Amino acid sequence: MRNYKNVIAAYSIMIFLIILVGIFQSWSIALTILNYCLISAVMTIGANIQWGYAGLINFGIMGYTALGGLAVVLVSVEPVKKAWQVGGLNILACIWIIVAIIFVVKFILNRFDKSKLRNYSVASVILGGIILLRITAAPGIEAIESVDPAKTGFLGGMGLPVLFSWIVGALLAGSLAFVIGKIALGLRADYLAIATLLIAEIIVSIIKHEEWLARGVKNVIGLKRPAPYEIDLQTSEWFINLVTKFNSSKLNLINSISDKQEALNQMVIDASSVYVKLCFTGLFLTVVIILLIVTQKALYSPWGRKMRAIRDNEEAASAMGKNIVKEHLLIFILGSAIVGLAGAMMVTNDGLFTPGSYRPMRYTFVIWVMVIVGGTGNNFGAILGGFVVWFLWVEAAPIALFLINLFTSHLPETNAVRVHLIESAPYFRFLVIGIGLLLIMRYRPQGIIPEKIIKQ
Amino acid sequence: MDFLNAIIVLFNFTVIPALAYGSQLALGAIFVTLIYAVLRFANFATGDMMSFGTMFAVILTYYFQSLGFGLGVLPTALLTIPFAILMMILYMLIIDKFVFSYYRIKKSPPVQFAMVSVGVMFVTQALIRIIIGPSDRRFLDGEKFIIKATEFKEITGLAEGITLKSTQAITIIVTLIVVSIMFWFLNRTKTGTSMRAYSDNEDLALLSGIDPKRVVLITWVIAGILATIGGVLYGLDKSYRPFVYFNNMLPIFAAAIVGGIGNPFGAFLGGYVIAFAEIFVTYAYKRFISYLLPEHLEPDSLLQLLSTDYKFAVSFSILVIVLLIRPSGIFKGKVI
Repeated sequence: MRNYKNVIAAYSIMIFLIILVGIFQSWSIALTILNYCLISAVMTIGANIQWGYAGLINFGIMGYTALGGLAVVLVSVEPVKKAWQVGGLNILACIWIIVAIIFVVKFILNRFDKSKLRNYSVASVILGGIILLRITAAPGIEAIESVDPAKTGFLGGMGLPVLFSWIVGALLAGSLAFVIGKIALGLRADYLAIATLLIAEIIVSIIKHEEWLARGVKNVIGLKRPAPYEIDLQTSEWFINLVTKFNSSKLNLINSISDKQEALNQMVIDASSVYVKLCFTGLFLTVVIILLIVTQKALYSPWGRKMRAIRDNEEAASAMGKNIVKEHLLIFILGSAIVGLAGAMMVTNDGLFTPGSYRPMRYTFVIWVMVIVGGTGNNFGAILGGFVVWFLWVEAAPIALFLINLFTSHLPETNAVRVHLIESAPYFRFLVIGIGLLLIMRYRPQGIIPEKIIKQ
Repeated sequence: MDFLNAIIVLFNFTVIPALAYGSQLALGAIFVTLIYAVLRFANFATGDMMSFGTMFAVILTYYFQSLGFGLGVLPTALLTIPFAILMMILYMLIIDKFVFSYYRIKKSPPVQFAMVSVGVMFVTQALIRIIIGPSDRRFLDGEKFIIKATEFKEITGLAEGITLKSTQAITIIVTLIVVSIMFWFLNRTKTGTSMRAYSDNEDLALLSGIDPKRVVLITWVIAGILATIGGVLYGLDKSYRPFVYFNNMLPIFAAAIVGGIGNPFGAFLGGYVIAFAEIFVTYAYKRFISYLLPEHLEPDSLLQLLSTDYKFAVSFSILVIVLLIRPSGIFKGKVI
């Protein structure tokens, strides 16, 4: 029981901090932070499965996040019929060509022995395939992108409910992880890190520049939501009544009727955004709790023991007859699928898909810092890491600004150093995260909540 | 005549830029590879360390310009490089003392080192942005061109011209000088030999009386020189922007691995392999082909294998292919 005390204390401090933000800044900001903390927690669960359970270092988190986001667009946006008419055929033909290339390459690889000739023929098939793809795709892509380019200019999605896309995002990310795992998992740890980092970069650059797919850097806005819209809430009777009931004591203090109405309007607007965010919080919390239960169960199951055995001593585990290659691939797929789910959740929360915003700094390295800081191999730790680091990432700038003002208050307003420091306040977040990571790595390498092994 | 024009088009738009870009990558790749060979970790702070050195050069260039110093036709930045290198080495040694040395003594696994270098990356990036800000800065002065296209056309009477920017020439010349001095040092001097011995087999090197502290110190000094010069040359050629330097780390890694990580000569060539591949695959060959083919056969399309948006993707794909076929790199690297 003593072990759990730390966990409970750490989480209470975290929740207290978020409540403090609610009191000092606003409840809307506090809930935004909480939602992002929950999304980060899902990502860290995914990364922790790979790193903490199996010791696989995956720096490609950005790629899976982006793919999960893409799934939201592909699933929930209404299809653009005209674009399908003008260019759909070419795109479908391209898919067939890609499938054909894969089969031909597989055929050559299976059928012939390893030789120079085989390598050259595989290379020429791929090169010829790419040229064929470009010839087939070019007119189609041009036609699709010219269909009302300001609003659509892409194929659109399937028009299905947005929650469905979370599953699709996980599936997409998982299948990508299957391919990458087949290619890269044999590599040594630091090579694997570099390879996954670069592959993620390739994926994001494809999403960014293939405008027929999801408008690329032109972004997709106004995505569907699993929660009500603010505008609808503000006009619905029951919601206004609810707000009035909650704030009746405050409203009763105001005497004039017009002032009262104005105050009520403002409250309804504030409350509607809080309500929407609460809906998201509920959804995200459900996902986090389900994942937590499943991963905890898995960690203490025979399977989890096997993974830890492989992590701690590959050769011994292999001697015991465990198939290391297969288990690594499986866990790589599982972890990536969870990250893909988080990517879909994030895009749903934002309501827009901005491929230009996927940068390794924010979506790979910060997530890794979360896992390391929170506690590798411990799900409670990983989730806490997601909360702590995201909180610091968001709140570092206001805190830095406050401190700068405090320490330079004796200087005049126009002092060059002061102005420069105030301008660069947003960048203190990198400093805080970096120093935090270095300190944790040095003095508490197992993270805030270390892994604990229950003897069964 | 048409054949000559075609060659000149190709030379102007692919070979010269690729040589310059390749030199910049090569310097970075040797930096990565040296750290990997001697200190035994993949340094994820590479791009930001290069950026940090360049930042000093930029600040000093502005300072010198305000004092009225200059090199005439050459950019003032060349004058500031030695000072920037000193600052850079100082920073690297401080980082090494307070961060890396602890893990080196503990003999931590490379993965832990890599994570620590991520922490260094965050800190370095923060310092750069706090000191100089994230905006785009040009600090090139002096003569911009050595050969202008119009002059070239007038002299030779050809339809196509060659443009040689002074930064490109400086990049290639400086790289060749720095790299040859470095190879001379590594292969011919006693200190260089002791570094290679330490990189090959640490225990045997220690046994034969090589001082590990000295080897580490020299490695950081060389790394500081390479990082700063590579960063300044890139900044002169394009422009100085902290964010871009972080992104450049990726092709630099690709170059180091393609050349065989831990092998400086491989890294040097790897830089050019990556640069040429990036530019050759994304270059539109229309103008080149139209000089070679008779008029009625002129192609309609741009004849571009991949659009320039995929510049980085090309180098990463090469890396993936190399990792699959020959994980030790084209020139057999070190497998620790």
